[in-house]
Amino acid sequence: MAIAGCGSKPATGGGGPSGGDSGGGTIKIGEFASLTGKEAAFGQSSHKGTQLAIEEVNASGGVLGRKLEHIFEDNQSKAGESATVVQKLISRDKVIAVLGEVASGRSLEAAPLCQANHIPMISPSSTNPKVTEMGDYIFRVCFIDPFQGTVMATFAKKTLKVRSVAVLTDVAAPYSVGLAQYFKEKFSADGGNIVLEQKYNSGDKDFNAQLTAIKAANPEGIFVPGYYTEAGLIVLQARKLGFTGPVFGGDGWEAPELIQIAGPSLEGTYYSTHYSPEDKSATVQDFVKRFKERFKGEVPDAMAALGYDSAMVLVDAIKRAGTTDGPKLRDAIAATKEFVGVTGKTALDEHRNANKPAVVITIKDGQFKYVETISP
Amino acid sequence: MAEFFQQLINGVSLGAIYALIALGYTMVYGVLRFINFAHSDVFMVGAFAGYYLAPQVGRLFRLPSMAGGVAVLAGSMVICALLGIIIEKLAYKPLRSRSTLTVLITAIGVSLLLQNTGQLVFGANPKYFPKLFPETNIESLRRATGLIVSSNQVAVLVIALGLMAALQFIVVKTRIGTAMRALSFNPIASSLMGINNDHVVSFTFGLGSALAAAGGILYGMNYPSIDPLMGTLPGLKAFVAAVLGGIGNIPGAALGGLLIGLVETFVAGTRASTFRDAIAFAILILILLFRPAGLLGKLRVEKV
Repeated sequence: MAIAGCGSKPATGGGGPSGGDSGGGTIKIGEFASLTGKEAAFGQSSHKGTQLAIEEVNASGGVLGRKLEHIFEDNQSKAGESATVVQKLISRDKVIAVLGEVASGRSLEAAPLCQANHIPMISPSSTNPKVTEMGDYIFRVCFIDPFQGTVMATFAKKTLKVRSVAVLTDVAAPYSVGLAQYFKEKFSADGGNIVLEQKYNSGDKDFNAQLTAIKAANPEGIFVPGYYTEAGLIVLQARKLGFTGPVFGGDGWEAPELIQIAGPSLEGTYYSTHYSPEDKSATVQDFVKRFKERFKGEVPDAMAALGYDSAMVLVDAIKRAGTTDGPKLRDAIAATKEFVGVTGKTALDEHRNANKPAVVITIKDGQFKYVETISP
Repeated sequence: MAEFFQQLINGVSLGAIYALIALGYTMVYGVLRFINFAHSDVFMVGAFAGYYLAPQVGRLFRLPSMAGGVAVLAGSMVICALLGIIIEKLAYKPLRSRSTLTVLITAIGVSLLLQNTGQLVFGANPKYFPKLFPETNIESLRRATGLIVSSNQVAVLVIALGLMAALQFIVVKTRIGTAMRALSFNPIASSLMGINNDHVVSFTFGLGSALAAAGGILYGMNYPSIDPLMGTLPGLKAFVAAVLGGIGNIPGAALGGLLIGLVETFVAGTRASTFRDAIAFAILILILLFRPAGLLGKLRVEKV
């Protein structure tokens, strides 16, 4: 029997910018994600994680005696759509908080809206530092690119032992530009040599020209800090052009579609991400089991795990705040220091970022395989 | 030096695909004096037709294989030829007596219709184009020169050249081709000569759309990620290629496609690689400023 959410709709009062929650009925949580389009794998994954979290919370009685209502919107992986759908979530649906997004570019679009309306926003896995710099209502539950860049630079130098690298950046994605910059800084500082930098745009399909130029410069490895659709094509074309060295990237590679596009070309490639389902800890294994039960045997990836944690951090903060009022909720989220989620201990620092270790994954025999953990 | 030749190969391969699409633009302009903006989306439908046909053909011929690949190519070309003819009958024919601006706007409308219907029917997520032809790198060439030429790139060249030769044959040596040329010269006189203009127009559209479908299949073979909006940028570049070569001129479209493919590839290999898309449009502006009839076109004087 549905307890709340049927019958009485919360009154549309509740004051302008601080959200329209009037104390009764369901707690409305908004989510925006790229459920379709070029980065659909991210949105689908993080959405399922968030959905599982909200369902579990509701099954155990909700928060503050009220059930959670999960209102989500698709931004179709398109620039500009995030602002539109988040505006709808805030003004028409009157959500008390917004969860999203995976891609830094789209988080950057929505952040000013949430900040202006005093609606807390928690990004599950946007790693560009600028996202939380948008305002004190914007949070994230993952690490940021200054750290992620150093992870891959260290891994390339120490584990892969490559001394020269070419960097192929997606100039249309703030995530890619930022991650490339931090990688280059650390790699050069460690004595590595960046032999060539090439660029492409999100949506490009043909990278033969850039890869031919890269191959001619003879690097030992190629760093591709982009998203999986292009990364897959890049690895495929690089292998076809005869490049046999390691190709590596960041958490933008995290999607099962990567293997669908590039298949056997992915042997000898690596990328950094937030978590691995192979983690033996009881928390992770139990989460994997519950996720598989809920979603027909699908194994949760980092985006799903972070989607789950972003919702759980929000719920934890609502409990601590004792209210869904904007400013108080914001303070409670900012005070998250002892939260332990499926992606590890999440403590938000004074910039509202989480300081967490990164995991390096490789692809072997068509499967994602854990390599090592690198701590900050 | 090896890098230069490798980029040359990449550029020719890309240019061949642009040439195939440009041929459709140029033929329709030549016969009807209008730019069919929906052509780029017929290219997209061709790629998707190949994607959906491949599993069915795979049951008969076992993909990847020569026979299977050719079957998918032929099937996709037939489907798009029909699509082109249907679009002409429904959207352009009723407006034949109206101003060219009206038909142009309609063409844009058809283009948007195809894109959005595609997103609805095929889904907006990129799909992974299956392997049609058996694919290897040509080892003997690689050992001799260090150049990487994939059999897919050779297939693109062979199929594109073959189709262009076939088109040239149809236009010059067959009755329907002669009728197409007559219609492009003077529509009223040609109908007075007993040519059924409607049939010729339908045939032109069907032919152009079949070539676009071939372009779509070849594109999918080399860049295996297809989505309903994939036609926009290659279509625009192919349009520039058609204008570059001389709109209405068939060898011009082939030349234009090749040039655009080469320039784009060489630009993409330099440090200014983000200008790879912009360069095609810069070329458009330059050619319209300095040689608006195109490289192989003749300036036509419009007598008022």
